[in-house]
Amino acid sequence: MWIDAITDFEPETRLVAVKNVSLSEEHIHDHFPEEHGLRAMPLMPNSLIVEGMAQTAGILVGSVNRFREKVVLAKITRASIEHDVIPGRTIRYTALLEQHDAAGAATSGSIEMLDHATGQWSGIGRVDLVFSHIDQNMSGMEFPEHNFVFSDNFRNILHAAGLEDLCD
Amino acid sequence: MALSRTEVESRVSSVLEEALGVDADEITPEATLINDLGAESIDFLDISFQLEKAFEGDCSPETPFKIEQGELFPENVLNDPELVEDGRLTDNGMALLKQKMPHVDFSEFESDRSVSKIPELFTVKTLVDFCERKLAVCAA
Repeated sequence: MWIDAITDFEPETRLVAVKNVSLSEEHIHDHFPEEHGLRAMPLMPNSLIVEGMAQTAGILVGSVNRFREKVVLAKITRASIEHDVIPGRTIRYTALLEQHDAAGAATSGSIEMLDHATGQWSGIGRVDLVFSHIDQNMSGMEFPEHNFVFSDNFRNILHAAGLEDLCD
Repeated sequence: MALSRTEVESRVSSVLEEALGVDADEITPEATLINDLGAESIDFLDISFQLEKAFEGDCSPETPFKIEQGELFPENVLNDPELVEDGRLTDNGMALLKQKMPHVDFSEFESDRSVSKIPELFTVKTLVDFCERKLAVCAA
């Protein structure tokens, strides 16, 4: 999972989640390692920041139909991340539900970063997404009945936030 | 007041620029969404959402500008043997498309009916016509 906790939720409207970025995450040491005479520069990869927003917004979209739909990320409509996120920072994802229907959903999202040294949050970017309800796909393709999208990890995060009643 | 054709074209063009990442000068009435502008299947969901936003202020809450699933193109047509045979639409398939897609001009397509040519039916003009028809209904 690329979010640690849900911190705010308004049904069918808004979901906020945070991720603490830590040096103990192995991937950070590969992005970027010491090489070519340059010292290491561990950063949270922007692709994983987008994934964090996808998980935040995906939970918001999935909650509309009590996680019965298989909600998959279909398109990154817009992504801009304007500041590096270094270990020790906290990322806050705020996802807003813009549109939702039988076929899928569109979300907009803002990303902020907390510098624990100053206690200041600052906006670092935005990510807008489109999700598809894949069982409603136009080609009529069939997928397994089991909801493989919202796995136990998602349910654990909902449970920790006191939101387990959102699931069947 | 009803939107002018030019205003509808302008909003559709803005939506396509945003959804498909194309330049305004690529968006001509004859340009096909798939072959010329590079739209993929999932882009149609994005385009539908963005068109709803672009025209939501022109319709009342009682008759919103809402594009239902399958309205731009009917679902599961291509997998139905009654509608497609040997890669071409049957009479039933042709009749269904005409009924479900009154915003499309089938005059050139009908002589061939090849499924591979269906993407050519979706032009910028088709989309503008579709929006005009919906706006006429929601304003009625």
